[in-house]
Amino acid sequence: MLGIGQSRLTVLNPTFSLPPRPTQPADRILIVAPLSAFYRSSIGKKFVVAVTGVILIGFVVGHLLGNLQIFFGPEYINSYAEKLRSLGVLLWVIRAFLLVTVVLHIYFTIRLAIDNRRARPTAYAKKDHVKATFASRSMTLSGLIVLAFIVYHLAHFTVRVADPRFALLKADPLNRYDVYSMMVYGFQNALVSAFYVIAMFLLTLHLSHGASSFFQSLGLNDKKMTPRLARGARVFAWLIFAGYTSIPVAVLLGLVRPAQQL
Amino acid sequence: MNFKLRVWRQEASEAKGRLVNYYATDVSPHTSFLEMLDIVNERLVEKGEDPIAFESDCREGICGTCSLTINGEAHGPDHPGAACQLYMRRFKDGATITVEPFRARPFRLVRDLVVSRSALDRIVQAGGFVSARSGSAPEANSIPVPKHDADLAMEAAACIGCGACAAACPNASAMLFTSAKVSHLALLPQGNAERTARVLRMVGQMDAEGFGNCTNTYECEAVCPAEISASFIAKLNREYALATLRKKSGM
Amino acid sequence: MIGELEAKVPAGPLETKWSGYKDHARLVSPANRRKLEVIVVGSGLAGGSAAATLGEQGYHVKCFCFQDSPRRAHSIAAQGGINAAKNYQNDGDSVFRLFYDTIKGGDFRSREANVYRLAEVSNLIIDQCVEQGVPFAREYGGLLANRSFGGAQVSRTFYARGQTGQQLLLGAYQSLCRQIDVGTVKMYSRTEMLDVVLVEGHAKGIITRDLTSGEIEVHAADAVVLATGGYGNVFYLSTNARGSNVTATYRAYKKGALFGNPCFTQIHPTCIPVSGQHQSKLTLMSESLRNDGRVWVPKTKGEQRSPAAIPEAERDYYLERKYPSYGNLAPRDISSRSAKEACDEGRGVGPGGRGVYLDFADAIARLGEPTIRERYGNLFDIYEKITGEDAYQQPMRIYPAVHYTMGGLWVDYNLMSNVPGLHVIGEANFSDHGANRLGASALMQGLADGYFVLPYTLPTYLAGQIGKRPSIDHPAFREAETDVRARIAKMIEVNGTRTVDSFHRELGLLMWDRCGMARNTAGLREALGRIPALREEFWRNVRIPGHGAEYNQSLERAGRVADYLEFAELMCIDALERDESCGGHFREEHQTPEGEALRNDEKFAAVFAWEFQGNGTIEPPRLHREPLHFESVELTQRSYK
Ligand SMILES: Cc1cc2nc3c(=O)[nH]c(=O)nc-3n(C[C@H](O)[C@H](O)[C@H](O)COP(=O)(O)OP(=O)(O)OC[C@H]3O[C@@H](n4cnc5c(N)ncnc54)[C@H](O)[C@@H]3O)c2cc1C
Ligand code: HEM
Ligand code: HEM
Ligand code: SF4
Ligand code: F3S
Ligand code: FES
Repeated sequence: MLGIGQSRLTVLNPTFSLPPRPTQPADRILIVAPLSAFYRSSIGKKFVVAVTGVILIGFVVGHLLGNLQIFFGPEYINSYAEKLRSLGVLLWVIRAFLLVTVVLHIYFTIRLAIDNRRARPTAYAKKDHVKATFASRSMTLSGLIVLAFIVYHLAHFTVRVADPRFALLKADPLNRYDVYSMMVYGFQNALVSAFYVIAMFLLTLHLSHGASSFFQSLGLNDKKMTPRLARGARVFAWLIFAGYTSIPVAVLLGLVRPAQQL
Repeated sequence: MNFKLRVWRQEASEAKGRLVNYYATDVSPHTSFLEMLDIVNERLVEKGEDPIAFESDCREGICGTCSLTINGEAHGPDHPGAACQLYMRRFKDGATITVEPFRARPFRLVRDLVVSRSALDRIVQAGGFVSARSGSAPEANSIPVPKHDADLAMEAAACIGCGACAAACPNASAMLFTSAKVSHLALLPQGNAERTARVLRMVGQMDAEGFGNCTNTYECEAVCPAEISASFIAKLNREYALATLRKKSGM
Repeated sequence: MIGELEAKVPAGPLETKWSGYKDHARLVSPANRRKLEVIVVGSGLAGGSAAATLGEQGYHVKCFCFQDSPRRAHSIAAQGGINAAKNYQNDGDSVFRLFYDTIKGGDFRSREANVYRLAEVSNLIIDQCVEQGVPFAREYGGLLANRSFGGAQVSRTFYARGQTGQQLLLGAYQSLCRQIDVGTVKMYSRTEMLDVVLVEGHAKGIITRDLTSGEIEVHAADAVVLATGGYGNVFYLSTNARGSNVTATYRAYKKGALFGNPCFTQIHPTCIPVSGQHQSKLTLMSESLRNDGRVWVPKTKGEQRSPAAIPEAERDYYLERKYPSYGNLAPRDISSRSAKEACDEGRGVGPGGRGVYLDFADAIARLGEPTIRERYGNLFDIYEKITGEDAYQQPMRIYPAVHYTMGGLWVDYNLMSNVPGLHVIGEANFSDHGANRLGASALMQGLADGYFVLPYTLPTYLAGQIGKRPSIDHPAFREAETDVRARIAKMIEVNGTRTVDSFHRELGLLMWDRCGMARNTAGLREALGRIPALREEFWRNVRIPGHGAEYNQSLERAGRVADYLEFAELMCIDALERDESCGGHFREEHQTPEGEALRNDEKFAAVFAWEFQGNGTIEPPRLHREPLHFESVELTQRSYK
């Protein structure tokens, strides 16, 4: 039982007619099923976003480290890709896990965004922000653009339908798929590279807020840490930006050349 | 000093509202913002027009009654401080100043710049208290409270309940308000017994009222006249998660 | 017609009156409490704590406030602290000493038994508030801290930063919220009480106006409690919140409740001076500033130089000069009056010459700026915010302002007025503070009344009232409602040319000049001549835009100002009738050679309780006296030389 009284979440102040009350008998849910109440609550939803966000950050870091092997030459990256593929079922398990993570992340952020929009039916004619950064206010937008990028990116490098030339690539000397050359050919297209850089920028924006924000959402923050985390997240986000964009930039500058000719 | 005001006028909750221009002329720089509105109102009444409805009571930043969004900032540009603590010398002579009410769905508009904030009361009614009947209290010094905890509790308790946090939050979230009350009571031994139920019910009520969700933008703490730190929101998140676990494990 | 005033003080020695009372008081059984309804008007410290406690006891309570939330009652603004006789500092405090200080501070114009009870329950208040989670200041060991406050030689003041009133009120508010949640208290915010309804001589209900919709509503109950605060705003400018008003108590007065000592007002010496004509309120600066600041004015009239340019020899540190032993720490009323005198002589500083300097230059030189910043930083910030001046660089300007009203509806030991069923608590009653209130004692009184006195005394009345609640169809309700509606309609119909505030400002200025810090016969007579004229003009020439059936702030204010326009007259009559000086009431005709208030105990050791006369008209009120008997203390003349 609840420690406090015995009561409903009803309007007890009769003086006002208030916004219609949601029908969910929140108290009963709290008692019967604390976990489902948790995921229905604003804080619970934020927990999901934060946890999935952390996993995605993990992926983004790991993926970057994998991709950076391009600078060590085809040997490294092709064998890395091969190793990944040889995981077989496990690879699909990981992919499924990532997919679920992304779906959850997006599902909950979109729901939060819809709620938030409803929470202010009349917009301010003039609105200024004192502390809220642009990044923090555009999380949904930056996230959705990153999502669009991911879709394109999967078509580009994973399913390889976006670029007809990839079909012409031969296997590398060790009879592995030549990921190295695929990436280089991919990025030799300045338009594609530009799109990647823009997308990376939005990812950076997303992470510059997200990478500190999740500490707060998970309750792992205090007054002293807030500014430090904010700074840390910004540094982290720009490192990610530098890491990822170094690849298309290096290709365009001709620092990395294909291992085979088409 | 002279100012052009763009003020939100709306006759009643259901009526359509719009921004109307007024001119405040010959205002002393030592006039407070609300006194400047008083002057405008006196002139409106003399001309036979309806004065601009806005609320205030203490006019010294403690009661939390005043509730204006001035030039897009809750309580105006002089942070930390309530709208009643804003003085005209803060503005440039000749400036155009936009004045709107606190906007959030649960803050039903009453008239012009006046909104109802009883949603905040209902959040407190859902558990923002210690169930201590009058006369049942033990001797005050029987439970020492470490000074650090007492000071931190005081920091959280300083919230004046103005609702600026929700008004300024890009998501119209009342997390700062709720977190302040939850933290205040969770930090004190007296508040411990009801800790679990309190946070679950208060957050439940906050959501039910139709406030938005926090996305950690920290706008609230920037406009809060009582300088409530957004780190209390982290504490609220923690309290909420732990309370769910305690409930789950049947404690 | 009202006979002899019966204070109903229990017999027996002072120390056992209250416990004896409690042992024998009538009770209402829990089953019967559910059948009883109590109206509590006001949600400040007094009303909030009373409504919560009565709710806990099982009564059905309806609580009203005009603010949008009970948490915003004016008690929220109190800064300094709350007294209690805990003697945690082991410096010789005791219940008797707190009682004695309060009686003496009130210049022997309060009822012994009530004040003793107040001191007795003071300790329970601290226990209660700590249990509610009020974050009082603590020492490193985790135990409660105290500070010293004016008028006491012991450290007995508990505080929560500079926001004691706020934290105490939030404690009461939270208890109230708990009762609202369980359904024993129904809260009516943004609802203003406009009249009391008497049925067969008993207070059985009220008429209210829903400020949002303009709806006039009728509420019946078994008893009515007024906790509606003070009326300092009769002066227009005061440290009170804008909404503070006399309406509830004044309308009760017009229904037959006696008004006690209406002229007793307290002026606070350290407020930020008026800066211009459109000032809407005065801000209090903590008195603690006087510990380190030196008060002075220029020696010459009409001095135009900046303070820094005035050499030491041309400054008059008048408090140090006139009261060498207390100096800048002279009591509130003395220091207020001295400031007024200096300004009346034309030596005041700042806009309009209504201010004196409070100079920290010496303290800064002696202690260093960091120490001063640590002690008073937030006050200096407030000062800068309001005046735009930096008090570290130039002296502050301060001036006295109306702060508290000791007068209020007359109540007996049960906190019941002469109207059966009508109880009055907190600043709204004529209170335990006599002619002057000690710092940090108003909060104590409000909470004592609400948590620990009324819950014991109200049943004394209620026990005999079970089943007697009238229905709201009773003609008395209809009549009162009609009156209220008619009055509102009449006010709107005037449709003249002057704004409500312009009347209020004019009245306030008149009261401040003639019935303020210092009063004399000629001035009071002048005011008594001018108030009716102003009132007449109000009813002929006020303009209230809009109508009654909507959210209409002009109308709200007009109702309050209309009452002030009548009440001001009562204040002046009382001030004139009390032909002595005592506490905050200073009649220039009666002063010691040193300029101290000179009491006349033989003739005026009494409460003046006024009865309204007239029917639709305002006739001179009838005076009733409650003689004050002092058995445990000796009446002394204070001296601060
Ligand atoms: C600036 C300032 C500082 C102070 N500092 C201290 C201090 O440090 N220590 C100390 O002991 N005292 C202090 N005081 C005095 C003290 O704060 C007050 O005396 C005390 O709080 C009064 O409490 P109350 O409950 O009687 O009334 P209030 O708190 O004034 O409450 C009045 C209530 O009545 C309601 N009300 C009034 N009229 C109506 C109506 N017609 N209809 C419906 N509702 C109505 C209001 O809505 C409100 O809820 C200070 C006062 C001021 C102004
Ligand atoms: C310059 C930047 C990037 C490069 C060069 C790059 C390269 C690649 C390559 C080569 C693959 C295919 C691997 C394979 O099939 O063997 C891949 C897959 C993938 N990339 Fe990227 N990537 C970049 C940025 C990103 C970013 C920013 C994200 C996400 C935010 C991302 C998400 C993915 C995903 C989800 C896959 C599919 C993984 C799988 O097969 O399960 N990539 N990337
Ligand atoms: C690889 C891709 C992504 C990564 C690494 C990522 C990471 C993160 C992280 C770490 C957070 C912070 C969580 C928190 O505040 O507690 C976050 C928040 C958010 N993400 Fe993503 N995200 C990604 C994709 C997306 C996408 C596709 C969307 C699309 C809608 C999105 C929308 C949001 C939003 C709206 C938030 C704000 C919520 C909040 O601050 O809590 N994200 N994201
Ligand atoms: S947290 Fe700050 S902004 Fe929000 S209600 Fe409290 S005082 Fe106002
Ligand atoms: S501004 Fe809003 S997003 Fe969160 S940190 Fe404050 S509630
Ligand atoms: S009017 Fe009280 S906080 Fe502004």
